[in-house]
Amino acid sequence: MARLVVMGGGVAGHTAATFAKKMLGSAHEVVVVTPNSNWNWIPSNIWVGVGGMSKEEVIFPLAPVYKKAGIDYRQAKAVAIHPEGKEGSDTPYIMIEYTDQTKPGQTEELTYDYLINATGPKLNFAATPGLGDANGLGEHTVSVCTADHAEHAAAELQKCIEKMKRGEKQTFLIGTGHGMCTCQGAAFEYIFNVEHTLKEAGVRDMAQIIFITNESFLGDFGMGGIHFNMGGFAMSSKVFAESLYAERGMDWILGAHVNKVEAGKVTYESLDGTMDEQTFDFAMLIPPFAGVGFKAFAKDGSDITATLFAPNGFMKVDANYNAGAYENWKPSDWPRTLQNPTYKNIFAAGIAFAPPHLISKPMSSPNGTPINPTPPRTGMPSAMMGKAVTMSIVDMIKGAPEPTHTACMAEMGAACVASAGKGLFNGTAAAMTVYPIVPDFETYPGTGRNLNGTTGELGLAAHWVKHILHFVFIWKAKLRPGWTLIPE
Amino acid sequence: MASKHLQHIDPYTPQFGTMIPLGFQKWLRTCVIYQLFRFVMINLKMTVLILKSHH
Ligand SMILES: Cc1cc2nc3c(=O)[nH]c(=O)nc-3n(C[C@H](O)[C@H](O)[C@H](O)COP(=O)(O)OP(=O)(O)OC[C@H]3O[C@@H](n4cnc5c(N)ncnc54)[C@H](O)[C@@H]3O)c2cc1C
Repeated sequence: MARLVVMGGGVAGHTAATFAKKMLGSAHEVVVVTPNSNWNWIPSNIWVGVGGMSKEEVIFPLAPVYKKAGIDYRQAKAVAIHPEGKEGSDTPYIMIEYTDQTKPGQTEELTYDYLINATGPKLNFAATPGLGDANGLGEHTVSVCTADHAEHAAAELQKCIEKMKRGEKQTFLIGTGHGMCTCQGAAFEYIFNVEHTLKEAGVRDMAQIIFITNESFLGDFGMGGIHFNMGGFAMSSKVFAESLYAERGMDWILGAHVNKVEAGKVTYESLDGTMDEQTFDFAMLIPPFAGVGFKAFAKDGSDITATLFAPNGFMKVDANYNAGAYENWKPSDWPRTLQNPTYKNIFAAGIAFAPPHLISKPMSSPNGTPINPTPPRTGMPSAMMGKAVTMSIVDMIKGAPEPTHTACMAEMGAACVASAGKGLFNGTAAAMTVYPIVPDFETYPGTGRNLNGTTGELGLAAHWVKHILHFVFIWKAKLRPGWTLIPE
Repeated sequence: MASKHLQHIDPYTPQFGTMIPLGFQKWLRTCVIYQLFRFVMINLKMTVLILKSHH
Protein backbone atom coordinates (compact mmCIF):
# COMPACT_ATOMS: atom_id res chain seq x y z
CA MET A 1 0.00 0.00 0.00
CA ALA A 2 1.42 3.39 -1.04
CA ARG A 3 0.71 6.63 0.79
CA LEU A 4 0.22 9.89 -1.07
CA VAL A 5 0.39 12.97 1.12
CA VAL A 6 -1.07 16.19 -0.26
CA MET A 7 0.00 19.38 1.50
CA GLY A 8 -2.66 22.05 1.02
CA GLY A 9 -6.42 21.70 0.67
CA GLY A 10 -7.05 24.57 -1.74
CA VAL A 11 -7.81 24.54 -5.45
CA ALA A 12 -4.83 22.41 -6.57
CA GLY A 13 -4.54 20.21 -3.46
CA HIS A 14 -8.24 19.42 -3.17
CA THR A 15 -8.40 18.53 -6.87
CA ALA A 16 -5.31 16.34 -6.52
CA ALA A 17 -6.46 14.52 -3.39
CA THR A 18 -10.03 13.86 -4.49
CA PHE A 19 -9.02 12.52 -7.91
CA ALA A 20 -6.22 10.46 -6.35
CA LYS A 21 -8.64 8.78 -3.96
CA LYS A 22 -11.12 8.15 -6.76
CA MET A 23 -8.41 6.57 -8.94
CA LEU A 24 -6.57 4.64 -6.22
CA GLY A 25 -9.56 3.43 -4.22
CA SER A 26 -8.93 1.73 -0.91
CA ALA A 27 -5.78 -0.03 -2.16
CA HIS A 28 -3.71 3.04 -1.31
CA GLU A 29 -3.83 5.84 1.21
CA VAL A 30 -4.43 9.52 0.46
CA VAL A 31 -3.73 12.00 3.24
CA VAL A 32 -4.47 15.74 3.10
CA VAL A 33 -2.61 18.07 5.44
CA THR A 34 -4.08 21.55 5.46
CA PRO A 35 -4.47 24.10 8.26
CA ASN A 36 -7.94 25.25 7.21
CA SER A 37 -11.11 23.55 8.40
CA ASN A 38 -13.13 25.01 5.51
CA TRP A 39 -12.75 24.95 1.77
CA ASN A 40 -13.11 28.39 0.22
CA TRP A 41 -14.20 29.13 -3.36
CA ILE A 42 -11.80 32.10 -3.46
CA PRO A 43 -13.09 33.78 -6.67
CA SER A 44 -16.43 34.50 -4.98
CA ASN A 45 -14.66 36.30 -2.11
CA ILE A 46 -14.97 39.31 -4.41
CA TRP A 47 -18.75 39.24 -3.91
CA VAL A 48 -18.37 38.72 -0.16
CA GLY A 49 -16.10 41.78 -0.15
CA VAL A 50 -18.91 44.03 -1.38
CA GLY A 51 -21.65 42.44 0.71
CA GLY A 52 -23.19 40.62 -2.28
CA MET A 53 -22.69 37.19 -0.72
CA SER A 54 -22.21 35.94 2.81
CA LYS A 55 -19.02 34.23 3.94
CA GLU A 56 -21.01 31.04 4.51
CA GLU A 57 -21.96 30.91 0.84
CA VAL A 58 -18.33 30.64 -0.27
CA ILE A 59 -17.01 28.10 2.25
CA PHE A 60 -17.89 24.61 3.46
CA PRO A 61 -16.32 22.27 6.04
CA LEU A 62 -13.74 19.86 4.64
CA ALA A 63 -13.98 17.11 7.27
CA PRO A 64 -17.29 15.54 6.13
CA VAL A 65 -16.25 15.63 2.47
CA TYR A 66 -12.95 13.89 3.17
CA LYS A 67 -14.64 11.39 5.49
CA LYS A 68 -17.12 10.45 2.77
CA ALA A 69 -14.33 10.14 0.20
CA GLY A 70 -12.13 7.99 2.47
CA ILE A 71 -9.35 10.60 2.58
CA ASP A 72 -7.32 10.88 5.77
CA TYR A 73 -7.63 14.56 6.72
CA ARG A 74 -5.20 16.23 9.09
CA GLN A 75 -6.08 19.77 10.03
CA ALA A 76 -2.49 20.83 10.38
CA LYS A 77 0.19 22.78 8.62
CA ALA A 78 3.24 21.12 7.19
CA VAL A 79 6.40 22.75 8.45
CA ALA A 80 9.32 20.69 7.17
CA ILE A 81 10.13 18.05 4.58
CA HIS A 82 12.60 15.24 5.22
CA PRO A 83 12.82 13.67 1.75
CA GLU A 84 15.57 11.18 2.71
CA GLY A 85 14.06 10.08 6.00
CA LYS A 86 16.17 10.22 9.13
CA GLU A 87 18.91 8.29 10.78
CA GLY A 88 17.84 4.66 10.94
CA SER A 89 15.04 5.02 8.39
CA ASP A 90 14.99 5.74 4.66
CA THR A 91 11.28 6.52 4.64
CA PRO A 92 10.66 10.14 3.72
CA TYR A 93 8.37 12.14 5.95
CA ILE A 94 7.02 15.59 6.60
CA MET A 95 6.70 17.29 9.94
CA ILE A 96 3.23 18.61 10.62
CA GLU A 97 1.85 20.87 13.32
CA TYR A 98 -1.85 20.56 14.14
CA THR A 99 -4.12 23.61 13.94
CA ASP A 100 -7.14 21.50 14.88
CA GLN A 101 -8.84 22.88 18.02
CA THR A 102 -8.49 19.52 19.77
CA LYS A 103 -4.70 19.31 19.51
CA PRO A 104 -3.35 22.74 18.56
CA GLY A 105 0.43 22.95 18.27
CA GLN A 106 0.95 19.19 18.51
CA THR A 107 3.53 17.92 16.05
CA GLU A 108 3.77 14.62 14.21
CA GLU A 109 5.98 12.90 11.65
CA LEU A 110 3.95 11.81 8.65
CA THR A 111 5.63 9.41 6.25
CA TYR A 112 4.90 9.36 2.54
CA ASP A 113 5.68 7.50 -0.65
CA TYR A 114 4.60 10.41 -2.83
CA LEU A 115 4.22 14.03 -1.83
CA ILE A 116 2.33 16.87 -3.53
CA ASN A 117 3.05 20.40 -2.42
CA ALA A 118 -0.09 22.44 -3.14
CA THR A 119 0.27 24.95 -0.35
CA GLY A 120 -0.48 28.00 -2.50
CA PRO A 121 0.83 31.39 -1.47
CA LYS A 122 1.87 32.94 1.79
CA LEU A 123 0.05 36.29 1.75
CA ASN A 124 3.16 38.34 2.40
CA PHE A 125 1.59 41.46 3.95
CA ALA A 126 4.82 42.05 5.88
CA ALA A 127 6.69 42.88 2.64
CA THR A 128 5.23 46.40 2.69
CA PRO A 129 5.52 48.34 5.94
CA GLY A 130 2.04 49.18 7.17
CA LEU A 131 0.26 46.74 4.85
CA GLY A 132 0.57 44.15 7.56
CA ASP A 133 3.10 42.10 9.45
CA ALA A 134 4.02 38.49 10.10
CA ASN A 135 0.58 38.00 11.67
CA GLY A 136 -1.18 39.08 8.48
CA LEU A 137 -3.26 42.01 7.33
CA GLY A 138 -2.63 45.38 8.99
CA GLU A 139 -5.11 47.92 10.27
CA HIS A 140 -5.03 50.50 7.46
CA THR A 141 -6.28 48.49 4.49
CA VAL A 142 -8.64 45.63 3.71
CA SER A 143 -8.16 42.46 1.65
CA VAL A 144 -10.33 39.94 -0.18
CA CYS A 145 -7.77 37.14 -0.23
CA THR A 146 -9.63 35.05 2.37
CA ALA A 147 -13.32 34.82 3.17
CA ASP A 148 -12.72 36.42 6.59
CA HIS A 149 -10.81 39.28 5.01
CA ALA A 150 -13.58 39.77 2.48
CA GLU A 151 -16.25 39.90 5.20
CA HIS A 152 -14.24 42.60 6.97
CA ALA A 153 -13.82 44.49 3.65
CA ALA A 154 -17.59 44.50 3.12
CA ALA A 155 -18.16 45.97 6.59
CA GLU A 156 -15.60 48.74 5.95
CA LEU A 157 -17.14 49.45 2.54
CA GLN A 158 -20.54 49.79 4.16
CA LYS A 159 -19.14 52.36 6.61
CA CYS A 160 -17.89 54.43 3.64
CA ILE A 161 -21.27 54.18 1.94
CA GLU A 162 -22.94 55.49 5.11
CA LYS A 163 -20.51 58.42 5.18
CA MET A 164 -21.23 59.23 1.54
CA LYS A 165 -24.94 59.13 2.24
CA ARG A 166 -24.27 61.77 4.89
CA GLY A 167 -22.53 63.90 2.24
CA GLU A 168 -18.87 63.02 2.91
CA LYS A 169 -16.80 62.37 -0.22
CA GLN A 170 -14.63 59.24 -0.12
CA THR A 171 -11.55 58.08 -2.01
CA PHE A 172 -11.24 54.38 -2.84
CA LEU A 173 -7.81 52.99 -3.63
CA ILE A 174 -7.75 49.45 -4.96
CA GLY A 175 -4.87 47.49 -6.48
CA THR A 176 -1.53 45.97 -5.62
CA GLY A 177 0.33 46.67 -2.38
CA HIS A 178 3.88 46.02 -3.61
CA GLY A 179 5.98 46.19 -6.78
CA MET A 180 6.23 42.39 -7.05
CA CYS A 181 2.58 41.43 -6.71
CA THR A 182 0.63 39.02 -8.85
CA CYS A 183 -3.15 38.49 -8.84
CA GLN A 184 -3.97 41.84 -10.48
CA GLY A 185 -7.12 40.11 -11.75
CA ALA A 186 -8.57 39.97 -8.25
CA ALA A 187 -8.00 43.69 -7.68
CA PHE A 188 -9.37 44.41 -11.16
CA GLU A 189 -12.50 42.45 -10.34
CA TYR A 190 -12.91 44.00 -6.92
CA ILE A 191 -12.68 47.59 -8.15
CA PHE A 192 -15.50 46.99 -10.65
CA ASN A 193 -17.66 45.40 -7.99
CA VAL A 194 -17.03 48.30 -5.61
CA GLU A 195 -17.98 50.75 -8.35
CA HIS A 196 -21.15 48.76 -9.11
CA THR A 197 -22.05 48.62 -5.42
CA LEU A 198 -21.60 52.37 -5.00
CA LYS A 199 -23.78 52.97 -8.04
CA GLU A 200 -26.50 50.68 -6.66
CA ALA A 201 -26.29 52.51 -3.32
CA GLY A 202 -26.80 55.82 -5.15
CA VAL A 203 -23.51 57.32 -3.96
CA ARG A 204 -21.24 56.87 -6.99
CA ASP A 205 -20.96 60.64 -7.51
CA MET A 206 -19.50 61.01 -3.99
CA ALA A 207 -16.61 58.65 -4.71
CA GLN A 208 -13.26 58.94 -6.40
CA ILE A 209 -12.09 55.47 -7.38
CA ILE A 210 -8.43 54.87 -8.19
CA PHE A 211 -6.67 51.71 -9.34
CA ILE A 212 -3.03 51.43 -8.30
CA THR A 213 -0.97 48.72 -9.94
CA ASN A 214 2.56 47.45 -10.45
CA GLU A 215 1.71 46.74 -14.10
CA SER A 216 3.44 49.04 -16.59
CA PHE A 217 0.17 49.18 -18.53
CA LEU A 218 -3.40 48.33 -17.65
CA GLY A 219 -4.25 44.82 -18.81
CA ASP A 220 -0.73 43.39 -18.42
CA PHE A 221 -2.19 40.94 -15.84
CA GLY A 222 1.29 39.52 -15.22
CA MET A 223 1.14 37.89 -18.64
CA GLY A 224 2.72 40.70 -20.64
CA GLY A 225 -0.75 41.65 -21.86
CA ILE A 226 -2.98 39.71 -24.21
CA HIS A 227 -4.37 40.36 -27.68
CA PHE A 228 -8.01 39.50 -28.18
CA ASN A 229 -9.68 38.74 -31.46
CA MET A 230 -12.33 41.44 -31.32
CA GLY A 231 -14.39 43.10 -34.02
CA GLY A 232 -11.89 42.29 -36.74
CA PHE A 233 -8.93 43.61 -34.74
CA ALA A 234 -6.23 41.97 -32.68
CA MET A 235 -7.01 44.22 -29.76
CA SER A 236 -4.62 44.66 -26.86
CA SER A 237 -5.86 44.00 -23.34
CA LYS A 238 -4.46 47.48 -22.63
CA VAL A 239 -7.23 49.07 -24.68
CA PHE A 240 -9.79 46.59 -23.32
CA ALA A 241 -8.90 47.32 -19.69
CA GLU A 242 -8.48 51.09 -20.13
CA SER A 243 -11.87 51.21 -21.77
CA LEU A 244 -13.49 49.51 -18.77
CA TYR A 245 -11.95 52.00 -16.34
CA ALA A 246 -12.59 55.05 -18.52
CA GLU A 247 -16.23 54.09 -19.08
CA ARG A 248 -16.73 54.08 -15.32
CA GLY A 249 -14.81 57.28 -14.68
CA MET A 250 -12.10 55.56 -12.66
CA ASP A 251 -8.49 56.77 -12.51
CA TRP A 252 -5.37 54.62 -12.56
CA ILE A 253 -1.79 54.80 -11.32
CA LEU A 254 0.62 52.55 -13.24
CA GLY A 255 4.03 51.04 -12.50
CA ALA A 256 3.72 51.66 -8.77
CA HIS A 257 5.63 49.97 -5.99
CA VAL A 258 3.73 50.76 -2.81
CA ASN A 259 6.49 51.00 -0.22
CA LYS A 260 4.61 52.26 2.83
CA VAL A 261 1.03 52.25 4.07
CA GLU A 262 -0.12 54.57 6.82
CA ALA A 263 -3.55 55.55 8.08
CA GLY A 264 -5.29 57.00 5.02
CA LYS A 265 -2.18 57.25 2.88
CA VAL A 266 0.15 55.14 0.73
CA THR A 267 3.61 56.12 -0.44
CA TYR A 268 4.78 54.66 -3.72
CA GLU A 269 7.72 54.65 -6.08
CA SER A 270 6.98 54.80 -9.80
CA LEU A 271 8.84 53.19 -12.67
CA ASP A 272 10.36 56.59 -13.52
CA GLY A 273 11.90 56.69 -10.03
CA THR A 274 9.65 59.40 -8.59
CA MET A 275 8.15 59.02 -5.12
CA ASP A 276 4.55 59.98 -4.60
CA GLU A 277 1.67 59.70 -2.16
CA GLN A 278 -1.98 58.86 -2.52
CA THR A 279 -4.54 59.41 0.19
CA PHE A 280 -7.54 57.14 0.67
CA ASP A 281 -10.55 56.50 2.86
CA PHE A 282 -10.82 52.87 1.83
CA ALA A 283 -8.01 50.75 0.40
CA MET A 284 -7.93 47.14 -0.76
CA LEU A 285 -4.37 46.28 -1.69
CA ILE A 286 -3.33 42.76 -2.70
CA PRO A 287 -0.15 41.63 -0.89
CA PRO A 288 2.75 40.01 -2.74
CA PHE A 289 2.85 36.21 -2.66
CA ALA A 290 5.71 34.05 -1.40
CA GLY A 291 6.07 30.35 -0.72
CA VAL A 292 4.74 29.28 2.67
CA GLY A 293 8.26 28.94 4.11
CA PHE A 294 9.03 25.25 4.46
CA LYS A 295 12.33 23.95 5.69
CA ALA A 296 13.86 20.80 4.20
CA PHE A 297 16.41 18.52 5.82
CA ALA A 298 18.69 15.74 4.56
CA LYS A 299 19.03 12.39 6.31
CA ASP A 300 21.92 13.72 8.41
CA GLY A 301 19.83 16.68 9.52
CA SER A 302 21.60 19.25 7.33
CA ASP A 303 19.48 22.02 5.85
CA ILE A 304 18.65 21.36 2.18
CA THR A 305 15.91 23.97 1.84
CA ALA A 306 17.76 25.57 -1.10
CA THR A 307 17.77 22.22 -2.94
CA LEU A 308 14.00 21.94 -2.84
CA PHE A 309 12.94 25.56 -2.85
CA ALA A 310 13.73 28.75 -4.78
CA PRO A 311 14.69 31.81 -2.69
CA ASN A 312 11.07 33.05 -2.86
CA GLY A 313 9.97 29.88 -1.05
CA PHE A 314 8.27 28.22 -4.02
CA MET A 315 9.19 24.63 -4.83
CA LYS A 316 11.65 23.82 -7.61
CA VAL A 317 10.25 21.59 -10.32
CA ASP A 318 11.26 20.61 -13.86
CA ALA A 319 11.62 24.21 -15.05
CA ASN A 320 14.64 25.91 -16.58
CA TYR A 321 15.76 28.21 -13.78
CA ASN A 322 18.79 29.41 -15.75
CA ALA A 323 17.04 31.02 -18.70
CA GLY A 324 18.83 34.34 -18.16
CA ALA A 325 17.62 37.59 -19.67
CA TYR A 326 14.14 38.30 -21.04
CA GLU A 327 15.41 37.99 -24.62
CA ASN A 328 16.35 34.35 -23.98
CA TRP A 329 13.07 33.24 -22.44
CA LYS A 330 11.29 30.37 -24.16
CA PRO A 331 8.02 28.54 -23.53
CA SER A 332 10.13 25.42 -22.92
CA ASP A 333 11.51 27.06 -19.74
CA TRP A 334 8.14 26.30 -18.11
CA PRO A 335 7.72 23.06 -16.16
CA ARG A 336 5.70 20.23 -17.69
CA THR A 337 5.51 17.37 -15.18
CA LEU A 338 5.94 19.54 -12.04
CA GLN A 339 8.24 16.90 -10.55
CA ASN A 340 11.06 17.99 -8.26
CA PRO A 341 14.34 17.29 -10.11
CA THR A 342 16.15 15.97 -7.01
CA TYR A 343 13.44 13.97 -5.27
CA LYS A 344 11.35 12.25 -7.93
CA ASN A 345 8.51 11.39 -5.55
CA ILE A 346 7.81 15.06 -4.81
CA PHE A 347 5.63 17.24 -7.03
CA ALA A 348 4.27 20.79 -6.75
CA ALA A 349 0.99 22.12 -8.15
CA GLY A 350 -0.76 25.47 -8.31
CA ILE A 351 0.86 28.58 -6.88
CA ALA A 352 3.31 26.44 -4.87
CA PHE A 353 5.67 25.66 -7.78
CA ALA A 354 8.54 28.05 -8.55
CA PRO A 355 8.07 29.65 -11.98
CA PRO A 356 11.28 29.82 -14.04
CA HIS A 357 10.94 33.58 -14.43
CA LEU A 358 8.33 36.27 -14.96
CA ILE A 359 6.03 36.28 -17.97
CA SER A 360 5.83 40.09 -18.16
CA LYS A 361 9.00 41.92 -19.15
CA PRO A 362 11.12 42.65 -16.04
CA MET A 363 11.25 46.33 -15.19
CA SER A 364 12.77 48.42 -12.45
CA SER A 365 12.91 52.06 -11.46
CA PRO A 366 16.17 54.04 -11.91
CA ASN A 367 16.68 53.42 -8.17
CA GLY A 368 16.88 49.71 -8.92
CA THR A 369 13.51 48.80 -7.40
CA PRO A 370 11.92 45.96 -9.37
CA ILE A 371 8.38 46.92 -10.33
CA ASN A 372 6.72 44.20 -12.35
CA PRO A 373 3.88 41.77 -11.95
CA THR A 374 4.88 38.20 -11.15
CA PRO A 375 3.28 35.34 -13.08
CA PRO A 376 -0.35 34.59 -12.30
CA ARG A 377 -1.30 30.99 -11.52
CA THR A 378 -5.06 31.22 -11.52
CA GLY A 379 -7.69 28.67 -10.57
CA MET A 380 -8.02 26.76 -13.82
CA PRO A 381 -4.30 26.08 -14.36
CA SER A 382 -3.88 25.31 -10.64
CA ALA A 383 -6.62 22.68 -10.76
CA MET A 384 -5.25 21.24 -14.01
CA MET A 385 -1.82 20.93 -12.42
CA GLY A 386 -3.36 19.22 -9.40
CA LYS A 387 -5.07 16.68 -11.62
CA ALA A 388 -2.07 16.10 -13.89
CA VAL A 389 0.37 15.42 -11.05
CA THR A 390 -2.16 13.08 -9.46
CA MET A 391 -2.56 11.12 -12.68
CA SER A 392 1.21 10.83 -12.99
CA ILE A 393 1.55 9.65 -9.39
CA VAL A 394 -1.26 7.12 -9.80
CA ASP A 395 0.55 5.71 -12.84
CA MET A 396 3.88 5.68 -10.98
CA ILE A 397 2.29 3.83 -8.05
CA LYS A 398 1.12 1.30 -10.62
CA GLY A 399 4.65 0.93 -12.00
CA ALA A 400 5.29 3.76 -14.49
CA PRO A 401 8.95 4.76 -14.26
CA GLU A 402 8.29 8.48 -14.70
CA PRO A 403 5.47 11.05 -14.80
CA THR A 404 2.92 10.30 -17.51
CA HIS A 405 0.95 13.55 -17.52
CA THR A 406 1.87 17.17 -18.03
CA ALA A 407 0.31 20.52 -17.19
CA CYS A 408 2.51 23.20 -18.67
CA MET A 409 1.49 26.85 -18.60
CA ALA A 410 3.07 27.24 -22.04
CA GLU A 411 0.79 24.53 -23.42
CA MET A 412 -2.46 25.31 -21.67
CA GLY A 413 -4.99 28.08 -21.77
CA ALA A 414 -6.81 29.86 -19.01
CA ALA A 415 -10.32 31.14 -18.78
CA CYS A 416 -10.96 34.02 -16.47
CA VAL A 417 -14.30 35.55 -15.76
CA ALA A 418 -13.96 38.82 -13.89
CA SER A 419 -17.21 40.02 -12.40
CA ALA A 420 -18.07 43.67 -12.84
CA GLY A 421 -21.23 43.72 -10.76
CA LYS A 422 -23.70 41.12 -9.55
CA GLY A 423 -27.34 40.89 -10.65
CA LEU A 424 -29.34 38.42 -12.73
CA PHE A 425 -30.26 41.02 -15.35
CA ASN A 426 -28.00 44.00 -14.65
CA GLY A 427 -24.78 42.22 -13.67
CA THR A 428 -21.89 42.12 -16.10
CA ALA A 429 -18.55 40.39 -16.22
CA ALA A 430 -15.53 40.30 -18.47
CA ALA A 431 -14.99 36.82 -19.88
CA MET A 432 -11.45 36.30 -21.09
CA THR A 433 -9.82 33.25 -22.55
CA VAL A 434 -6.13 33.09 -23.31
CA TYR A 435 -4.15 30.40 -25.11
CA PRO A 436 -1.43 29.71 -24.24
CA ILE A 437 -0.88 31.40 -20.87
CA VAL A 438 2.84 31.81 -21.49
CA PRO A 439 3.23 33.56 -24.85
CA ASP A 440 4.91 31.63 -27.64
CA PHE A 441 6.21 34.17 -30.13
CA GLU A 442 7.72 31.52 -32.39
CA THR A 443 4.43 29.74 -33.00
CA TYR A 444 2.27 32.87 -32.83
CA PRO A 445 4.43 35.74 -34.08
CA GLY A 446 3.41 39.23 -33.00
CA THR A 447 1.03 38.47 -30.17
CA GLY A 448 2.46 35.22 -28.77
CA ARG A 449 -1.04 33.81 -28.51
CA ASN A 450 -3.47 31.93 -30.71
CA LEU A 451 -6.06 34.53 -31.64
CA ASN A 452 -8.68 31.81 -32.10
CA GLY A 453 -8.34 30.87 -28.46
CA THR A 454 -7.79 34.32 -26.99
CA THR A 455 -10.93 36.36 -26.61
CA GLY A 456 -12.48 38.91 -24.32
CA GLU A 457 -15.94 40.35 -23.94
CA LEU A 458 -18.08 42.11 -21.40
CA GLY A 459 -21.70 41.37 -20.73
CA LEU A 460 -24.48 39.70 -18.81
CA ALA A 461 -23.67 36.29 -20.33
CA ALA A 462 -20.24 36.36 -18.72
CA HIS A 463 -21.89 37.23 -15.40
CA TRP A 464 -24.16 34.19 -15.74
CA VAL A 465 -21.08 32.06 -16.45
CA LYS A 466 -19.35 33.46 -13.36
CA HIS A 467 -22.41 32.77 -11.23
CA ILE A 468 -22.82 29.25 -12.55
CA LEU A 469 -19.10 28.57 -11.95
CA HIS A 470 -19.63 29.51 -8.31
CA PHE A 471 -22.25 26.78 -7.85
CA VAL A 472 -20.65 24.23 -10.14
CA PHE A 473 -17.21 24.39 -8.52
CA ILE A 474 -18.59 24.23 -5.00
CA TRP A 475 -20.71 21.24 -6.13
CA LYS A 476 -17.59 19.62 -7.54
CA ALA A 477 -15.47 20.35 -4.47
CA LYS A 478 -18.18 18.80 -2.27
CA LEU A 479 -17.93 15.66 -4.44
CA ARG A 480 -21.63 15.76 -5.23
CA PRO A 481 -22.98 13.39 -7.92
CA GLY A 482 -21.26 13.83 -11.28
CA TRP A 483 -18.35 15.81 -9.82
CA THR A 484 -15.77 14.02 -11.94
CA LEU A 485 -17.54 15.15 -15.11
CA ILE A 486 -17.07 18.83 -14.28
CA PRO A 487 -13.87 20.00 -15.96
CA GLU A 488 -11.17 21.87 -14.07
CA MET B 1 -26.95 60.93 -27.82
CA ALA B 2 -23.34 59.81 -27.78
CA SER B 3 -22.43 62.73 -25.52
CA LYS B 4 -24.27 61.14 -22.59
CA HIS B 5 -21.69 58.35 -22.52
CA LEU B 6 -18.72 60.66 -22.95
CA GLN B 7 -19.50 63.59 -20.70
CA HIS B 8 -17.26 62.36 -17.90
CA ILE B 9 -14.18 62.23 -20.14
CA ASP B 10 -11.77 65.19 -20.12
CA PRO B 11 -9.33 65.88 -22.95
CA TYR B 12 -5.69 64.92 -22.39
CA THR B 13 -6.46 62.62 -19.48
CA PRO B 14 -5.51 58.92 -19.70
CA GLN B 15 -9.24 58.15 -20.12
CA PHE B 16 -9.28 60.30 -23.26
CA GLY B 17 -6.86 57.89 -24.97
CA THR B 18 -9.02 54.80 -25.09
CA MET B 19 -12.30 53.60 -26.53
CA ILE B 20 -15.54 54.38 -24.73
CA PRO B 21 -18.63 52.28 -25.39
CA LEU B 22 -21.69 54.13 -26.66
CA GLY B 23 -25.35 53.38 -26.15
CA PHE B 24 -25.80 50.46 -28.53
CA GLN B 25 -22.77 48.60 -27.22
CA LYS B 26 -23.92 49.12 -23.63
CA TRP B 27 -27.44 48.02 -24.49
CA LEU B 28 -26.11 44.83 -26.08
CA ARG B 29 -24.29 43.97 -22.86
CA THR B 30 -27.53 43.46 -20.98
CA CYS B 31 -29.83 42.55 -23.90
CA VAL B 32 -31.08 39.15 -22.73
CA ILE B 33 -31.64 37.63 -26.20
CA TYR B 34 -28.20 38.64 -27.44
CA GLN B 35 -26.60 37.59 -24.17
CA LEU B 36 -28.22 34.15 -24.34
CA PHE B 37 -26.43 33.70 -27.67
CA ARG B 38 -23.16 34.99 -26.15
CA PHE B 39 -23.66 32.62 -23.22
CA VAL B 40 -23.62 29.66 -25.61
CA MET B 41 -20.60 31.07 -27.42
CA ILE B 42 -18.58 31.69 -24.22
CA ASN B 43 -19.31 28.15 -23.05
CA LEU B 44 -18.23 26.73 -26.39
CA LYS B 45 -15.02 28.75 -26.33
CA MET B 46 -14.21 27.62 -22.81
CA THR B 47 -14.92 23.99 -23.66
CA VAL B 48 -12.55 24.13 -26.63
CA LEU B 49 -9.93 25.78 -24.42
CA ILE B 50 -10.25 23.08 -21.77
CA LEU B 51 -10.01 20.31 -24.35
CA LYS B 52 -6.88 21.89 -25.85
CA SER B 53 -5.27 22.28 -22.43
CA HIS B 54 -5.46 18.73 -21.03
CA HIS B 55 -2.35 16.68 -21.79
C1 LIG C 1 -9.65 37.46 -4.29
C2 LIG C 1 -9.20 36.46 -5.29
C3 LIG C 1 -9.98 36.22 -6.41
C4 LIG C 1 -9.59 35.30 -7.36
N1 LIG C 1 -10.39 35.08 -8.44
C5 LIG C 1 -10.03 34.17 -9.35
C6 LIG C 1 -10.87 33.91 -10.48
O1 LIG C 1 -11.90 34.54 -10.67
N2 LIG C 1 -10.50 32.95 -11.35
C7 LIG C 1 -9.35 32.23 -11.17
O2 LIG C 1 -9.05 31.36 -11.98
N3 LIG C 1 -8.53 32.45 -10.11
C8 LIG C 1 -8.85 33.41 -9.21
N4 LIG C 1 -8.03 33.63 -8.15
C9 LIG C 1 -6.81 32.84 -8.01
C10 LIG C 1 -7.08 31.47 -7.40
O3 LIG C 1 -7.76 31.62 -6.18
C11 LIG C 1 -5.76 30.76 -7.21
O4 LIG C 1 -5.17 30.62 -8.46
C12 LIG C 1 -5.92 29.38 -6.61
O5 LIG C 1 -6.57 29.43 -5.38
C13 LIG C 1 -4.55 28.74 -6.46
O6 LIG C 1 -4.72 27.44 -5.99
P1 LIG C 1 -3.66 26.77 -5.01
O7 LIG C 1 -4.19 25.44 -4.69
O8 LIG C 1 -2.31 26.89 -5.59
O9 LIG C 1 -3.66 27.69 -3.71
P2 LIG C 1 -4.83 27.87 -2.65
O10 LIG C 1 -6.15 27.68 -3.28
O11 LIG C 1 -4.55 29.15 -1.96
O12 LIG C 1 -4.62 26.66 -1.64
C14 LIG C 1 -3.48 26.55 -0.82
C15 LIG C 1 -3.86 25.70 0.37
O13 LIG C 1 -2.68 25.36 1.10
C16 LIG C 1 -2.95 25.52 2.48
N5 LIG C 1 -1.68 25.73 3.19
C17 LIG C 1 -1.01 26.89 3.39
N6 LIG C 1 0.11 26.65 4.10
C18 LIG C 1 0.16 25.33 4.33
C19 LIG C 1 1.07 24.49 5.02
N7 LIG C 1 2.17 24.96 5.61
N8 LIG C 1 0.80 23.16 5.08
C20 LIG C 1 -0.31 22.65 4.48
N9 LIG C 1 -1.20 23.41 3.82
C21 LIG C 1 -0.98 24.73 3.75
C22 LIG C 1 -3.88 26.72 2.53
O14 LIG C 1 -4.56 26.78 3.75
C23 LIG C 1 -4.78 26.42 1.35
O15 LIG C 1 -5.81 25.56 1.71
C24 LIG C 1 -8.38 34.59 -7.19
C25 LIG C 1 -7.58 34.84 -6.07
C26 LIG C 1 -7.97 35.77 -5.14
C27 LIG C 1 -7.09 36.03 -3.95
